[in-house]
Amino acid sequence: MVPLSYYLVLSGFLFACGVAGFLIKRNIITIFMSIELMLNGVNLSFVAFAAHWHAAGGETHGIVPLSGQVFVFFVMVVAAAEAAVGLAIIIAVYRTRETLNVDQVNLLKL
Amino acid sequence: MLSIHLILFLAFGAVCVAGAVNLLAQTHPINSALSLIAVMAALAGEYLLLGAEFVAAVQVIVYAGAIMVLFVFTIMLLNAGEEERTKGSRVAVSFGIPGMLLGSILVGWVVLRHSGTEAVVAGALPGDPKVIGQLLFHEFLLPFEITSVLILIAIMGAVVLASKPPTAPARKVVD
Amino acid sequence: MTANLNLWLIPVLPLAGAAINGFLGKKSSRTAVTTVGLVFSGAAFAWAFSVALRFSSADLPYQEFVAHWIRSGNFSADFALYLDQLSLVMLLVVTGVGFLIHIYSVGYMWDDPSYYRFFAYLNLFMFFMLTLILANNYLLMFIGWEGVGLASYLLIGFWFMKDSAASAGKKAFIVNRIGDFGFLIGLFLIIQHFGSLNFTQVFAQVQPIAPETGGAGLLTAIGILLMVGACGKSAQIPLYVWLPDAMEGPTPVSALIHAATMVTAGVYMVSRSHVIFERAPMALMVVAVIGTLTALFAATIGIAQTDIKKILAYSTISQLGYMFMACGVGAFSAGIFHLMTHAFFKGLLFLAAGSVIHAVGGEQDMRKMGGLRSYIPWTFLTMGIATLAIAGIPPFAGFWSKDEILWQAYQTSWVYWLIGVITAFITSFYMFRLLFMTFFGDYHGAQVDEHGRGSHGHDGHGHGEPHESPMVMLVPLMILAVLSLVGGLVGWHNHFEHFLDPVFSSGAASETAGVISSRLMEYVLMGISVAVAFLGLLLAYVLYVSKPYLPQRIADLLNGFYTAVLNKYYVDEFYAKLFVKPLIQGSTNILWQGVDRKTIDDTVNNAADGARHVSDEVRHMQSGNLRSYAGWIAAGSAAVIAYMIWMGVR
Repeated sequence: MVPLSYYLVLSGFLFACGVAGFLIKRNIITIFMSIELMLNGVNLSFVAFAAHWHAAGGETHGIVPLSGQVFVFFVMVVAAAEAAVGLAIIIAVYRTRETLNVDQVNLLKL
Repeated sequence: MLSIHLILFLAFGAVCVAGAVNLLAQTHPINSALSLIAVMAALAGEYLLLGAEFVAAVQVIVYAGAIMVLFVFTIMLLNAGEEERTKGSRVAVSFGIPGMLLGSILVGWVVLRHSGTEAVVAGALPGDPKVIGQLLFHEFLLPFEITSVLILIAIMGAVVLASKPPTAPARKVVD
Repeated sequence: MTANLNLWLIPVLPLAGAAINGFLGKKSSRTAVTTVGLVFSGAAFAWAFSVALRFSSADLPYQEFVAHWIRSGNFSADFALYLDQLSLVMLLVVTGVGFLIHIYSVGYMWDDPSYYRFFAYLNLFMFFMLTLILANNYLLMFIGWEGVGLASYLLIGFWFMKDSAASAGKKAFIVNRIGDFGFLIGLFLIIQHFGSLNFTQVFAQVQPIAPETGGAGLLTAIGILLMVGACGKSAQIPLYVWLPDAMEGPTPVSALIHAATMVTAGVYMVSRSHVIFERAPMALMVVAVIGTLTALFAATIGIAQTDIKKILAYSTISQLGYMFMACGVGAFSAGIFHLMTHAFFKGLLFLAAGSVIHAVGGEQDMRKMGGLRSYIPWTFLTMGIATLAIAGIPPFAGFWSKDEILWQAYQTSWVYWLIGVITAFITSFYMFRLLFMTFFGDYHGAQVDEHGRGSHGHDGHGHGEPHESPMVMLVPLMILAVLSLVGGLVGWHNHFEHFLDPVFSSGAASETAGVISSRLMEYVLMGISVAVAFLGLLLAYVLYVSKPYLPQRIADLLNGFYTAVLNKYYVDEFYAKLFVKPLIQGSTNILWQGVDRKTIDDTVNNAADGARHVSDEVRHMQSGNLRSYAGWIAAGSAAVIAYMIWMGVR
């Protein structure tokens, strides 16, 4: 039996790594991947809670049980859309700036 | 008390942690991408432990199988090389990292101290597609439809943004 | 039976005239401006005259309420008018002499480009002066007081294009202000202790107070402070310095304001407050001493002056000193009597001087005149009458009033009397000096050329020799000459004093007590003052007609003294060094550089600079760098999370 809090700690750790990656890394694509990491951590949290509420009787607390998994779906859909569009933007920026270093993309206009 | 549930949890968790740390440690983006894929696979294992089998399957198919592949394609397309060491932002490092550490430590502390120790039974969730389908098409019908529109927009956006500009060759700008 | 006299018309009519001329005069013809100016001031005089005719039919003192003004707690002051014998006398003098001077100005200022402005200001002055006289409370009187100061400033600086005129106007106003400061503090004391500024109320409360023989006390303080105000307005020591400079204004202005009416406002105010002064012997003494000293001092300066108007200015200061001397020994009605006769002969003297200046094309220096009596006989005649009057030769007006003052002064102290007599001698001397130098001997002036010189503003007179003034200027001269001749006869058998008795009888103990001296003494003193007047005439005749080389020899003999007197005892220079220069230095260095520039301006500038520096630093936050933005977000959200956890855990 794994306590709920273990899941939450793991989820938090993944999220923290995602934030750290966002702050440290210089390559734009790596930064994007850190965002995906953050989203994954959050997904884990959702599912863990869904299991928890299902076991603990969520209806009495006004929570639709198992809705955590549905949320995960939506998170994945959004992540997919965002990845597609974001990578398209990166390609467009690469065409004009010739660089993937985020520190060098700091002007709105050339 | 050491149950198989716990051991499996710890095993998958270790892979997640290692993958996440490796993503930070690597300099070449392709290595980071592969670590991320490892993380996602391990997470799928975690979901299975919780009983959310459909979610685990979708995680592997969509996340690891489509999104990460997209990332790898882009890395190859842009021929991204190793990261250079440029002078970045001092704020990010000096404010951001401690902030993040502080936040996560606080949250972890709260979670560990104050949440109940109710355990999650392995495979607790009824995670089969039927249940999820029912939820999706009853309570969450509207968000479902909206997300489909969202995907459509994302497709169009990606096509427009990534396509070559219609006029003469893109100007080469020297930084 | 109380008739409604509609007193308010008297000040308001000239105000209307001033408004019409002031706003519409620029575009109107000379005739229209003249009509408006004369009609309104004439109407005021006519109304004042009709009031005088109906005077006995009204309950005296007659008060007329015009409008509410201030009602504040227990204190109230209204627009209300007060008429008694004293204000009636002043009223007739001001409106009568004022009207005559208006007529004279038509001729004198005819060629001036700002003709309409002159009449507007003149009417405005009449309004304020009449308000001053008719007010029933100190506050309304103070409005008139300040208003005549304003009118005086405007009229002295009438030719403001000239630097000297503008400065003179400024000087007059500022020195007056210094006096007003004392006046105001006196008023504050009155409010504080008597709760009102209304004459009736204040004097009723002051009546039962015993005289402060100790030399110090509330009433003494009030009296001295009121006297400070009077010194400013009526040009006594030490605030007389503005009056000689005020001669920069046109001559009718000098006649009206600085001889007949405005400068007498101080005397009027002191007389009106006689209830207070009579109970403060020390204050009375201060008044008398100042008046006496000023009379002598100014007279000595008049001996050596060469500008015809300046002599008359110093003479005015000296005669005002006589009036204050009278008030100071308790003979208020004698002071008012002299005020009235002085208005006649001094007004006439100034107007005639204006006529002389007009005749010689703008020259004011007497050394360039002489022998004018054949050219301008009428002016000579009227000016001669006025000179006889001021010298105190019977039966002219000045004799009666001056003699009354000297007689009353003798009853208090022979020192006052002696100084008064010496001053009378000197007055007679310099006035006849003026007359002889101007009208006798040979004409020393240049032929009058096309352009008038001096401050006269005359243009286009191509005459070769001095010419008589037009009738419009001569008629007022003649009327005033008649008044100077017979105006003193109201003093026969003390008729005038008895007329004013109802006003001054409350506590006029000093007058009745003085009757102890015999009639014989009175005639002796009378004879002495007449003799002294003739002595002055004789001396002037000798020095300036029969032996004209003598004055230069005497001047060389008394070299140092003569230079001092010629330069007015260097008082102006002294004031400049003592007060004006430090004030200007202080203003420039401390107030301008220090306060205005450094403190106020720099505060604003430094605030702007500071904002700029701060934003210079803060702008680094907006670098466009993605990671720094992310860093800030992470830090901020950590702070929020920490705060929420802390709130939740408590």
